[in-house]
Amino acid sequence: MKASQQYAGIPKWVLAIAIIGALFVMLPLVAMVVRVNWAEFIPLITSQSSIDALLLSLRTSSIATLLCIIVGVPMALVLARTSFPGQRILRSLVLLPLVLPPVVGGIALLYTFGRQGLLKAPMDFLGIQIAFSTTAVILAQTFVALPFLVLSLEGALRTVGTRYEAIGATLGAGPTTVLRRITLPLVLPALISGAVLSFARALGEFGATLTFAGSLQGVTRTLPLEIYLQRETDPDAAVALSLVLIAVAIIVVGLANQIGSNSRLYGERIS
Amino acid sequence: MTFIFDAAVTKRQFDVSFTLSDGETLAVLGPNGAGKSTLLNLISGLLSPDSGHAELDGETLFAAGPGRQRAWKPPHTRGVSLLAQEALLFPHLTVLDNVAFGPTSTGVTKKSARAAARTWLAEVDAGELEGRKPAQLSGGQAQRIAVARALAADPKLLLLDEPMAALDIAVAPALRRTLRRVLEHRTAIIVTHDILDAYTLADRVIVIDHGHIVEDGPTRSILEQPRDPFTADIAGLNVLSGIRTATGLRTTDGTELDTARPLVSITSATECTAAVRPANVRVSTRRPDASVNALFKAVTDLEPRGDLIRVRADGIAADATPADVADLDLGIGTSAWFTFSADDAVIYPTKR
Repeated sequence: MKASQQYAGIPKWVLAIAIIGALFVMLPLVAMVVRVNWAEFIPLITSQSSIDALLLSLRTSSIATLLCIIVGVPMALVLARTSFPGQRILRSLVLLPLVLPPVVGGIALLYTFGRQGLLKAPMDFLGIQIAFSTTAVILAQTFVALPFLVLSLEGALRTVGTRYEAIGATLGAGPTTVLRRITLPLVLPALISGAVLSFARALGEFGATLTFAGSLQGVTRTLPLEIYLQRETDPDAAVALSLVLIAVAIIVVGLANQIGSNSRLYGERIS
Repeated sequence: MTFIFDAAVTKRQFDVSFTLSDGETLAVLGPNGAGKSTLLNLISGLLSPDSGHAELDGETLFAAGPGRQRAWKPPHTRGVSLLAQEALLFPHLTVLDNVAFGPTSTGVTKKSARAAARTWLAEVDAGELEGRKPAQLSGGQAQRIAVARALAADPKLLLLDEPMAALDIAVAPALRRTLRRVLEHRTAIIVTHDILDAYTLADRVIVIDHGHIVEDGPTRSILEQPRDPFTADIAGLNVLSGIRTATGLRTTDGTELDTARPLVSITSATECTAAVRPANVRVSTRRPDASVNALFKAVTDLEPRGDLIRVRADGIAADATPADVADLDLGIGTSAWFTFSADDAVIYPTKR
């Protein structure tokens, strides 16, 4: 891999601090792995409540990711390709869930879709109840995960620029054809890595879910909620499940990196 | 008339109008920032004008401004293809699918779009490249495929934005030959810096400066008898303007020049332009004798050109050898005599 060493010019003290930082991130993982009760590991993670939580998490996170793509792609396109008054403010607001404490997000969602929420009238009319259902879990996850997709896609759209799209238009392709055959293929790596990040964020979602959806086994109790609950009664189960969540997260991040490096296939030509 | 264009963009001080007949190839020359890109963007629909009106084959491309019903045809419906300086091949598509992009977008089947693409690839001698991705092509190959892609869209009007500018000098001639073949009998506008492109590809030339047309006419007459200094410069000529005298020309600053006899006699006192090649102008620091034309000017620029140096002064330039420049100790600001013989100065009326 490393055929020749290039002069990097990093001061030794920078290296030292970097190592401390890396240890800070990795030690807790090690501490947990050490703490795992390996003899009981399989039974712990295959209990009914654990499997319910894992399947619910995977199902809701997948649907939330899909929702993020469906609404996030148009949002990123509008933010990257158009200009209108108030656009900067709109962008900040759209990205707000990124910095908002998830509990606050959950409360906000409750006052929107809850029984006494802002959308009470239309929802009563249609006979829909969202709060404390699986739908609420998906909404909470979409709410916190959406900015990841929008942010990563908007950046990619700006980097790619509009020159290929302009050429496509002069070749006779209408806006939808240009979007389908030029824009989306060009930003596909960013779209996929954005979706993977959104999935990871949805999978780890805790605060907004607990506030807005509650913790009902098999309905709204996702894996992070299950871990939190088990910690009180059965610490061994909590640790085992945490390891499962870490494994899923590592797979997801690895996938995102893989896609990121593949995108360099024609990345140089774009910029 | 198949193409009528008239547009103004106030912010860019752009105001240009011209018409183009069927099958005519027009070269647009002009210094950087003169408005050439603005012109192409207006025609292709990437920019909309403040006022003006354009028509292609009887269909309105745009209309705007006071007293006009506002109209706007989006780029993909105009029938105008753009070939840019860089090939801009879609990196995720193969060469064949790049060329087939135009036909597929107009709704023909994939099979017939690919058949059309193969025909155009053969036309630009790139048939063997059809399976490659753009990243696997050289600059010259990519640009030839971009030509095929633009033509495959079957444009009513083809725009070329300095198509040879980004290419190696070694591969430009081959592309120029290809363009010469495919542009014949095709309505096209080519923006260029290169006088050779104008000569080989265009029937007609317009010169734009500061957003306005300063010259418009058949290629040879514009480039061989230029009237304005920019045109003269890219045509490789010096032009001196003034009025006709018995033996030549009196310049606007009062210098009497002798010129060769004009092809058609010009009445005295008519506004005239005299053209002389920099190669025929000599630079000297000693006052020349009265038998040659002489202008005493301060040197404004020394520009290396191959094995010669172009010595520029206000209104005249001369090509000198590096040895001469060194011997005369020429630098910017040095005043020197620029001399040329009457036989080397061609005179023609300023008004066409």
